[in-house]
Amino acid sequence: MTPTQATNAGGETSGKTPLLYDPKVRGILYQIGVLAMVGLLSWYLMSNTLANLERQNIATGLGFLEKQSSFEIGESLISYSAADTYFKALLVGALNTLLVSFIGIVLTVVLGTFIGIARLSTNWLVSRMAAVYIEVFQDIPILLQLFFWYAFFYEILPGPRQALNPFNGVFICNRGLIFGIPAAHPAFMYMGIAFVAAIAAVWALKRWARARQARTGQAFPTFKVGVGILIGLPIVTWWLGGAPTAMDVPALKGFNFRGGVSVSPEFTALLLGLVLYTAAFVAEVVRAGIQSVSRGQTEAALSIGLRAGQVLNLVILPQALRVIVPPLTSQMLNLTKNSSLAVAIGYPDFVSVAGTTINQTGQAIEGVGLIMAVYLIFSLSTSAFMNWYNKKIKLVER
Amino acid sequence: MNAAPTDLQPTETLKPPAASVGVLGWLRTNLFSTWYNSLLTLAVIYLLWVSIPPFVRWAFVDSFWTASGKECLEADTGACWSIIPNNIRFIMFGFYPYAEQWRPGLAVVLLVGLLVFSQFRRNWKKSLLYYWLAGLVIMGILMKGGLGLAPVESTKWGGLPLTLLLSVFGLTAAYPLGIVLALGRQSRLPAIRSLCVVYIELIRGVPLISLLFMSSVVFPLFLPEGVTVNKILRAQVAIILFTAAYIAEVVRGGLQGMARGQYEAAESLGLNYYQTMRLIILPQALKIVIPPSVSILISAFKDTSLVVIIALYDLLKTTQAVLGNPEWMGFSAEAYIFIALVYFVCCYYLSSFSRKIERELDTGY
Repeated sequence: MTPTQATNAGGETSGKTPLLYDPKVRGILYQIGVLAMVGLLSWYLMSNTLANLERQNIATGLGFLEKQSSFEIGESLISYSAADTYFKALLVGALNTLLVSFIGIVLTVVLGTFIGIARLSTNWLVSRMAAVYIEVFQDIPILLQLFFWYAFFYEILPGPRQALNPFNGVFICNRGLIFGIPAAHPAFMYMGIAFVAAIAAVWALKRWARARQARTGQAFPTFKVGVGILIGLPIVTWWLGGAPTAMDVPALKGFNFRGGVSVSPEFTALLLGLVLYTAAFVAEVVRAGIQSVSRGQTEAALSIGLRAGQVLNLVILPQALRVIVPPLTSQMLNLTKNSSLAVAIGYPDFVSVAGTTINQTGQAIEGVGLIMAVYLIFSLSTSAFMNWYNKKIKLVER
Repeated sequence: MNAAPTDLQPTETLKPPAASVGVLGWLRTNLFSTWYNSLLTLAVIYLLWVSIPPFVRWAFVDSFWTASGKECLEADTGACWSIIPNNIRFIMFGFYPYAEQWRPGLAVVLLVGLLVFSQFRRNWKKSLLYYWLAGLVIMGILMKGGLGLAPVESTKWGGLPLTLLLSVFGLTAAYPLGIVLALGRQSRLPAIRSLCVVYIELIRGVPLISLLFMSSVVFPLFLPEGVTVNKILRAQVAIILFTAAYIAEVVRGGLQGMARGQYEAAESLGLNYYQTMRLIILPQALKIVIPPSVSILISAFKDTSLVVIIALYDLLKTTQAVLGNPEWMGFSAEAYIFIALVYFVCCYYLSSFSRKIERELDTGY
């Protein structure tokens, strides 16, 4: 299709486009071509794969999920033993991934916001320290950081007998992080129920306050009262439930600690690495978001008589969040995806369990497919939720 | 305005109060402006005071620079930096034959030289492309052998050259693919558009490690019987496929940043799709996306460390291998700090380059 041909064709037909030069027909031809190429390639790969699988006597399909896994998993949220099925083993892995991602995301957002604000502080020292933190932690690969923290636990920290004891009831040693919790008591369950009830009450209060403000123009101190309800209701329940103060404090018995909650070095190292690494990125996101709201907005808000808290709540945050939320979402997803590096330091996350499964069954395609599917589900559901939230806080343009 | 009265004496120039200029003034405005800032400053100084001196003592005062691992272990007072000089050749070059290690060394120097050369905008000409092509070919010959150099199997490649090759080749090869994907995603043809969207979103939704697993365990199944592709190349393909999806999104940002008028102007000149893209849109769009592309290079550089998990001997894995040696066991902190420094210097250099180029390219419209 050289230019000369094109002009000839255009000249001869004068007005009527030949079939091959009709953009619509061409578009369809291109699409058919590309689809045919993709189809051929996948057919080729499929046939190779099937031949290879047959030759190596590897079963196909997801039948292996029903079989007995016969390997132990170090940490599990649900009861699991080697006699359980592969399906249950993978479920344990997926729950571990969810656990570390969820706690990691919460801590990252808190730490990242804190550092991002520190970066903008008028205090030179604080702002410099935040800048150094951001630069250092962003520029070192996450895997290296994980290895470092893992080595930190196993090589640098002392054994249980010489465990570090930074606070009363908290021990750090090469067996991980061990801390005391309040001893079991029925009052704590009631406190949980009270907390849920408090959340519902605050939600109702907020609706009522908004309706009242729309009707009468009178503002209601929703925030203060809300915090009061959220904290007060569980405390009152605790007091009514007999005010249990007994603590389950870890104590050294023999070579290890008994009692309290102990978090494994693998989990702690993974969490530490993920949070410190991602927080550096979140800090930059938060800084950019706050800086995106111009100084005039604050001044205008103050000049119409809003108080400092109202300025932040009604003027700055709604605008900053709009800038912050989309990149924050992708950082949360990055953290979830990076949690798959757990396999390198021996924390039984989904990838690690799936890797063991692949080794035992030889069903690599199904295994890798499952890994991809599970992460896709995590990613898609997180981004669906964040998109919903983003839409909620989006600027309503008139 | 009236003329100034003439009988006024020039007033004495008052100096600003001593507390608002000089060192004192700086301290006041930057560290002790309010009571809580003062408190914050003191808290940070306290934190630095309890953390920095012990670290300095460990790292510099009580440290060992030439002792053997055993001597370090016996003394057990400070950092044992001698793990680095004693193993530097292995950490840097892995299992590459000892006598031939000048070759990967030279390849790294060449690559760094090319990167430094390309950072100056006055060198951004067509000749730069040829320099790169020539450089990559020479690097390939240096690494692999040929032309009188003894051949070295790629299974023996390792250390820093491997890390650099995986990331630089990864980005170079992923870029064209990323552009094609970005154009495909913007295409008006539904089949092509949805293929590209599915590819990009699928890859961006899964961790790199799952692709690396795929390259190490699934990919061999895809090939016909008897055909094998070596491990490094397979990992390289995984990195390219992964990076391309991210580049596609960056390029799409650039394409969307183009004003509609640019497309219309090109169409009204009678340019077809390829001409429009090649002559009008891409040159402008790609210029906008240079800074985010450097960020992708930085993350690709950091992400290559993940090949550790499929047992390729990159910089991180060679370091771990040294730490597995009984003589040097237990000095992880020293070794990892050294490697972290290598990564930090590279990434910091790249990110400050990206900031510089962003300022230069910012033409204000």
